[in-house]
Amino acid sequence: MQLDDIDRQIIHATQAGLPLVAEPYQAIAAQLGLTADDVMQRMSKMHQDGVIRRIAAVPNHYKLGYHYNGMTVWDVEEEHVHRLGQRVAELPFVSHCYQRPRHLPDWPYNLFAMVHAKTEQDAERQIAVIAELLGDDVRRQAVLYSSKILKKTGLRIAG
Amino acid sequence: MLSPLHKQLLNNYQQDFPLSPTPYRDIADQLGVSEDEVLAAFQVLAEQQMISRIGPVIAPNAIGSSALVAMAVSDADLAWVAELVSSYPEVNHNYERENRFNLWFVLIGDNEEHLNSVIADIEARSGYPAMLLPMLADYFINLGFELNLHD
Repeated sequence: MQLDDIDRQIIHATQAGLPLVAEPYQAIAAQLGLTADDVMQRMSKMHQDGVIRRIAAVPNHYKLGYHYNGMTVWDVEEEHVHRLGQRVAELPFVSHCYQRPRHLPDWPYNLFAMVHAKTEQDAERQIAVIAELLGDDVRRQAVLYSSKILKKTGLRIAG
Repeated sequence: MLSPLHKQLLNNYQQDFPLSPTPYRDIADQLGVSEDEVLAAFQVLAEQQMISRIGPVIAPNAIGSSALVAMAVSDADLAWVAELVSSYPEVNHNYERENRFNLWFVLIGDNEEHLNSVIADIEARSGYPAMLLPMLADYFINLGFELNLHD
């Protein structure tokens, strides 16, 4: 979908969050010199076209007690990666699942799945579920826990 | 510690926060409470940072160009390199992780050229090479992450 300047302004004005007021889209519209209907129609179109994936009250997993944020990475056969990625993404504890390029020899992993757990034991259990699902297709795997969140602002475009 | 209303707001609006003139009133009607109660409860969730925001979640690369980047930084340099990376407005996530590649960040630029120039700048200023891991495929299911909110 082709975004115009007004679409971009709407994304820019809303990406850090809607204001917590009774008529938030009206508040955004007033900022941009639009009507609330313009803002809602454009957001609805962007939602239909997949630019906006969802409109959400976005939970902060860490503050809700999910202190074990594990980036699990897997080296799987390239020809199976899409089928396996879909299945891993369906697991209820996986928040994101991506195919990314390998960088041999330093980095052999091509499938990434983020898990969030309240205890290390839960995280290990989740990782075991993924490992079982992937089975013999896995050649190597690793889990990178985050020891520190240094910055987290949500996806934002600069400017 | 979380009231039933707080839990409903956290669990039920990860996908379909209403796109209507009065979304909080719509939620209030759905849950059988008042609009003021919904606004007040979201205010508490926001103040306690249990929600990071209410708003649109933009698909990766739908706007601008983004990539995950990893760096293997010596322990001695990690603190200042991490701070340098976080100082760029284009960087929106930056995590220290337990691995030889110990600094992981996501950045987004207006386009690929902008993205690459920021990465080159970070490499030049830090003295460490960046390993670029752009997304090749995004496997996603349009369901919210299932929160366990039992106390």
